[in-house]
Amino acid sequence: MCLAIPGKIVSVEEANGLRSARIQFGGIVRQASLDFVPEAQVGDYVMVHVGYAISRVDAAEAERTYQLLEEMGALEEELPESSD
Amino acid sequence: MKFLDEYRDARIARTLAKEVAANTTRDWVLMEICGGQTHTIMRYGLDEILPKQIELVHGPGCPVCVTPLETIDKAIALALHPDVILVSYGDMLRVPGSNSDLFRAKAEGADVRVAYSPSEAVKIARANPDKKVVFLAIGFETTAPANAMAAWLAKRDGLKNLSLLVSHVLVPPAIRALLATPENRVQGFIAPGHVCTVMGYSEYEGLVRDFNVPIVVGGFEPVDLLEAVLMLVKQLERGEARVENQYVRSVTYQGNVRAQEVVREVFEIADQKWRGIGMIPNSGLRLSDAYADYDANRIFDLDLISADEPAECISAKVLQGLRKPTDCPAFAIRCTPENPLGAPMVSSEGACAAYYHYRRHAGSLTKIAV
Amino acid sequence: MGTKSVELRSTGRARAPVPTRAVMADGVKLASLSCPAPLTTRDRILLGHGSGGKLSAELVRDIFLPAFGNPTLAQLNDQAVVSVNGSRLAITTDSFVVKPLFFPGGDIGSLAVHGTINDLAMGGAQPLFLSIAFILEEGLPMETLQRVVASLQRAANDAGVQIVTGDTKVVEKGKGDGLFINTTGIGVVQQELELSADRAQPGDKVILSGYVGDHGIAILAQREGLEFETTIESDSAALHTLVAYMLNTQYEGGAPLLARVARTGNSEVCTSGAIRCMRDPTRGGLSSTLNEIAEQSRVGIEIEEDKIPVRDDVRGACEMLGLDPLYVANEGKLVAIVAPDAADALVEIMRQHPLGKEARIIGAITDKSASLVTMRTTLGTTRIVDMLAGDQLPRIC
Repeated sequence: MCLAIPGKIVSVEEANGLRSARIQFGGIVRQASLDFVPEAQVGDYVMVHVGYAISRVDAAEAERTYQLLEEMGALEEELPESSD
Repeated sequence: MKFLDEYRDARIARTLAKEVAANTTRDWVLMEICGGQTHTIMRYGLDEILPKQIELVHGPGCPVCVTPLETIDKAIALALHPDVILVSYGDMLRVPGSNSDLFRAKAEGADVRVAYSPSEAVKIARANPDKKVVFLAIGFETTAPANAMAAWLAKRDGLKNLSLLVSHVLVPPAIRALLATPENRVQGFIAPGHVCTVMGYSEYEGLVRDFNVPIVVGGFEPVDLLEAVLMLVKQLERGEARVENQYVRSVTYQGNVRAQEVVREVFEIADQKWRGIGMIPNSGLRLSDAYADYDANRIFDLDLISADEPAECISAKVLQGLRKPTDCPAFAIRCTPENPLGAPMVSSEGACAAYYHYRRHAGSLTKIAV
Repeated sequence: MGTKSVELRSTGRARAPVPTRAVMADGVKLASLSCPAPLTTRDRILLGHGSGGKLSAELVRDIFLPAFGNPTLAQLNDQAVVSVNGSRLAITTDSFVVKPLFFPGGDIGSLAVHGTINDLAMGGAQPLFLSIAFILEEGLPMETLQRVVASLQRAANDAGVQIVTGDTKVVEKGKGDGLFINTTGIGVVQQELELSADRAQPGDKVILSGYVGDHGIAILAQREGLEFETTIESDSAALHTLVAYMLNTQYEGGAPLLARVARTGNSEVCTSGAIRCMRDPTRGGLSSTLNEIAEQSRVGIEIEEDKIPVRDDVRGACEMLGLDPLYVANEGKLVAIVAPDAADALVEIMRQHPLGKEARIIGAITDKSASLVTMRTTLGTTRIVDMLAGDQLPRIC
């Protein structure tokens, strides 16, 4: 359930007591609410679900865990291919 | 796209699948709760690259599928009212009610509008002061904050013509219900990453304690899911049962506190009927008394006879992970996405639809793949 | 509620005796655990009947073919090719109901011309004449009509076809969406040429002329409630010059249609009837077109996910809305099924044409799984690519 995808905050605006942003997803930009992620700033990635950012992507944590996966992948590549 | 493409990397995915194989010594039955995760598993054929000992069964995590029949009937009845504009998420339009669906209501002249975001419903209400705008607010915990905002904004701005027809379900009580079933086969759960983005994962600790079952909060891309499977298998092989978080880039232990506050302000926990499963105590949300003026159930006369859900469909078993969609005698014959017998065939997140679209001829597909 | 348990059950198969009532541990009765009644009776036209997917195919199969059935119609090509006094004429008709009327990369006028020409071109015809019929809604600003008419004329001029007849009807306000257009197109087909969707053979290659999904996403970006910023433009274009370029490099029936010959390395490609069929994947997208070909030729089609070009804008929009680019409409792309020994040469030729710059082989015809389209995913696994069922809807989940 719950399709949410990461997008990059391009600009932030405030109107009528609500904070929203233009967020870039691949080649497109769409407006989304930042009401639930007041800490998010321009340049941050946020997970957006039905027009609302629900988290700020922890880039450092993502980088760290991805690095581990990468290393595991690289290591595996050096091993002979199993018979699958 | 950053934070998406990396997690679809074929090399890492294959490595993880091999790691799973290397760590698996016996059969394990795992359930991904969320329909989005089911969709990824089918779309990328993750079950093909995982070892045969790992059986993935698909959980009830499709809000479209589990929205009760009478909620759909109410939505259709409201939509057919000439003063009403019914606003709905796109994938609800095809879900069959007792005799009709929202697409059909639209064909009969109902004003049914598709929204991508709840804020759209607010906009439509502002633009149509002479109409009554009803927003069909369905979802899991992930969608609750956004749906809550529609009611919150309506109240703040004194919008008198917007109301919500709410059908909100909660994941942990559903997992509890599944685990308490005598027929339960599931030995480990992949918890839904976006639900936990909002709610955190403290709620899952009680389940681990009570049922001694490992739970890993997982993301939605192939690498996420394979890593979550690996984490579960490692726990199971060691005889452990803990809550772990694979989806660290989005999920924290406490979740999104601000979003939770809005949900608590607008909604309250209630017993909830799940289509295909039945009533599960404290497994849903309804508008709190402070928001009674925005509750379509209270402001419209919706005394509908709750319809029976007749047979020839094993969706209950499918939604509980007891059967695969392909076990159903009606699958792909009398039950297809154009003529769905049951809700899991309707939404593309529904387990049956995912199988239908990506896996219909499992036998011949295997042949091709070899 | 730690010890509370819920008994879950199903009523099981059809007409199986209903098992004992499920009762919650605390006495709350469970709802019946089966599924809703099917909505099989199609007593009304739904929007999905016009989406080019399965419902559209059902209309053709259940309503139109039984009534009008004849061998030409039964071929179910985008155009009919008939013989009149020794000439082979291609005829097609199309209606345009796009909203908004004007969109990035085109408007309903240019779209009508391009769409009609493309239907002719996919049969290998040289488009010659068009008819245009307008259904106008009372109250439509004259200026809107003038803009559309100017665009129609420009597109027809550019494509070298003449608009030779037409019609106008006006419906009451509220009974039309501003402006609808119906067109008929007539063209001529070279004597030897035989392109039809039932001619795909195992081993043939599947060629796609460029990026998928541009038109659908350009339109969607304008749709009320879904608006997003994008630079994407509709790919609306008349493909007949690309088709002519492709055909003129082929040999048909042993005689060259034109003198141009494709060269790969030092060898000339001279294949009789190398192009089996062409289709433009409009409504219903690439997947629907491939499914139609697989169905009509009774073959399997296997495509490769990483060979299918999708622009970043289209991808972003699809990710955001939960759509699959394979199901999104195109208005200036073609799919060609081509004999294996001519495929590489044809791709090279197509790339020399402005509308075929991104042409590539995306898959092959197989003798496995008749009438089924499958896709090798980026992970190396295989999945089905089904025909679109109903309208593709934005998802939340």
